[in-house]
Formats: sequence, C-alpha cells, structure tokens
Amino acid sequence: MSWVTKTLSSTLGRKLIMGLTGLFLILFLTGHVSGNLLLFNDDDGQAFNIYAKFMTTNPAVKILSYLTYISIIGHVVWSIWLTRQNKAARPVGYAESKASTNSTWSSRNMGILGTIILIFLVVHLQGFWYEMHWGNVPTVTYEGEEYKDLFSIVTFAFQNELLVAGYVIAMGFLGFHLSHGFASAFQTLGLSHKKYSPAIETVGKIYCVVVPALFASMPLYIYFTS
Amino acid sequence: MKLTLKVWRQKNNADQGKFVSYPVEGISKDMSFLEMMDVLNEQLTEKGEDPVHFDHDCREGICGMCSMYIDGKPHGPQQTTTCQLHMRSFNDGETITIEPWRAKAFPVVKDLVVDRSSFDRIIQAGGYVSVNTGGVPDANEIPIPKKIADEAFDAATCIGCGACVAACKNASAMLFTSAKISQLSMLPQGQVERKERAEKMIAQMDAEGFGACTNTGACAAECPKGISLTNIARMNREYFSAVVSSENV
Repeated sequence: MSWVTKTLSSTLGRKLIMGLTGLFLILFLTGHVSGNLLLFNDDDGQAFNIYAKFMTTNPAVKILSYLTYISIIGHVVWSIWLTRQNKAARPVGYAESKASTNSTWSSRNMGILGTIILIFLVVHLQGFWYEMHWGNVPTVTYEGEEYKDLFSIVTFAFQNELLVAGYVIAMGFLGFHLSHGFASAFQTLGLSHKKYSPAIETVGKIYCVVVPALFASMPLYIYFTS
Repeated sequence: MKLTLKVWRQKNNADQGKFVSYPVEGISKDMSFLEMMDVLNEQLTEKGEDPVHFDHDCREGICGMCSMYIDGKPHGPQQTTTCQLHMRSFNDGETITIEPWRAKAFPVVKDLVVDRSSFDRIIQAGGYVSVNTGGVPDANEIPIPKKIADEAFDAATCIGCGACVAACKNASAMLFTSAKISQLSMLPQGQVERKERAEKMIAQMDAEGFGACTNTGACAAECPKGISLTNIARMNREYFSAVVSSENV
C-alpha cells in the first residue's frame, strides 16, 4: 500500500474523509438553501426557474455538483466502513449502559440519522433532481427564452400533505445530524482552539436549526399558499 | 448497608460468562468500592466458592489498574477510579450491576479482569523518547515554558486505565493514544521521534482492533483524570502533518 492509501484507510484517515466530505456537504446545503429561497418570490417561479437552469447548465456549477455527488457517496461509503469497524471493536455489549449521562443522543446516533437522511435524499433526488435532468418537465418562456418549469413540479409535489410531512420530519433529522456533525468535523480535522472552537460550536448550533428550518418552511409555505 | 451485587462471572476467555447475583451485608458507607468487593470475596471464600476476580493495585487512584463497569458507567457513578469510589455514592438496598470493560482489544481474562496489554503495545510502538546514556543532565538545561509544561503534564496524568475505551460507544482508544502522543509532542525532548511516534502509535492502535472516534465526548466525561478532547484534535493534527511530511513512504 502506498502511504496515501495507508493513511486514508487508517482510522484517522477514514475520519478525515468523513470530516472533509461532511464540511463540503455543509457548504452545499448553504448554497442549496440560499438558492431555494427564490421559491418564496411572488413571481410564479420565474426567478426559481431561471436559477434552476443556471444550476444545471453552468460549467462551474457542474464541477461543484460532481464534487457534491462524490462527497455524498464518500460520506456514505466511509461511514459504513467506519461503522463496521466500530461494531467489531465491541463484540459483546454492556448489559447496562448510562451513555446519556456522558454524551448527546445525536452524537451516538449519527449512523441512524444519516441513514434516514439518505433515504430522504433518494426520494428527494428522484422527485426533483431526476425530473429536472431526465424527466418530462413542462417548459415556460421568459423574454423569448425557454426554461424548464421546475417550479410547477415543486408546487405540484407539495400539494401532497404526506410528502410535505415527510420533508419536514426529514429536516428535523438533518438538524440533529448537523447538531453534532458541524463541530465534530472541525475536531476531526484537528481544528480545536481555545479562541475559535467556542465560536465554531455556536455557529454549528445556529446552523443546525436555521438551515433545516428554512428548508422545512419551503414545502409548508407552498402547501399553505397554493 | 445491604446491597445486591449483580456480578459478571466468566471462568476464562473461552467461557460464555453470565451474571450472578450476590447479597452482601454489613457494608459501611465509608468503604471504597474495592473494599466492598473484598467483603464479598471474604463471604465467598468462607463458603468455599471462587472469589470474584478483579484488577486492583495501588488503591490510591494513581496506578490505573482498577476497572469495572459499574451501573452502566466505567468506574461507577463518580468521575474517579473505582478504588476512589466510596459506598456513600450508593443507596441502602440497591442492586449494583458490575461488568468488565467491553472491547475486542480488551479480552476478558476472568470475571472482571480484562487484558489491557494492547495499551502497552501502543506505548511500545512509539510512546517514549530516546535518551543517550551518560551523566545526569542539568535540570534546567532545556528551558520549557510553564504553560507548555502544564499542558504536557495534563496529558501525562493519563493512568491508562481504559475507562475511555470502556465508555466509548465504538470502544475507541483515541483519548488514551492522544494523551500519550500529546505529552511528548509538546516537549522539546519529544521532537526527534515526533512524526514517527504519531504514525507508529496510530498504526498500532488500529492493529489492536479499537474503534474510531465519533467525538461523542463520552471518554473525556468519564476519564478519572479529566483528559480533555483537545488531545484528540492535537493527535489528529500530529498524525496528518506527520504522514504528509515524514519520509516514511
């Protein structure tokens, strides 16, 4: 094995992959939520549709989107690898354990939370991302240019109260995942400092509430307004 | 005090093991947990039964030999070693569950005794400084700032008891290994082998079959010596900078 593969397959290397992909996905979420705020525009989705076209055709965005796919797959594959290692490290469990006295529930259940988010992601990608790329999306014309009307797909989908409820609940799980993952990623990268770590933790606590709440507000807004 | 002890009994590593409940009487609140175990063992010996095997040595909280997972926590309800845990932390009539440390890298030897030599092998892999023999060096020959000395000493207070591994949901040895890497990496004497140490100790930690770190913080919360999580971040920095800059291909 070369030193690179040896490092990346060591316990710390595997954690490094988790931290880096996790942080990149946090950046992605930030961009995703900011762009999607256009759904709140009172313009029958014009700004949102123009934005959706930009996001699927711009070459720079293409590179970012491939990085996002790699990060999602990497984050999932490495987490399975780590979970298997972690389970093997304790073949016989405790009869009695008071883990809640020394750690948070989210920190102990990142795998479960991640699995739920992954299931949500499959449904989410199938409903919008796949439709936008390869599905039958009606088109609209703004100032002589033709655009795919993703807005109509979104507004139609969120008439279904089950889907809306599913999205809101999934965002709750995302919030718990981020409540531990945000600061944990920095610790894994070795970025722990008396000055900056408290700030990172505070930002993480705000981020894990605000971003999922904004995401959850979108299906709710569409459901109750249209 | 009257207590019921639900103790893990296991003849040897190959044995499946099971819980056995023992009633004990005449326990004083001022007894240490180990003294309470001594009372139980005297009762068992008088009855001609095999006493419960458990690790202990200094009984002063400095050797790291005592272990036991008591009522769902390593070293019991207080953040201290089992020898420094007193029966006043328990109530009369209570049932106390006592298990061995659970980790693949800490195989059960008998009852509550586990083999923690995996820690020794991590130390052997690089947890030392090489010093040439010769005359005694002057105490102030190498100046070390007080702050650095204190921080290195904080890491060095790790007694290697393994409570971090026992508390961790992944049976990870990161807190132990990071304390041992930190205490030397901060001091001038530790610079020569600094990179090699990080690489070798972590390779050994992995080879022993410990789990990874999820940063739950359970280890630091249960550590009888209060070793902090910043050591794990430091170990990560040490390791990543070692692998990219060392000449070990």
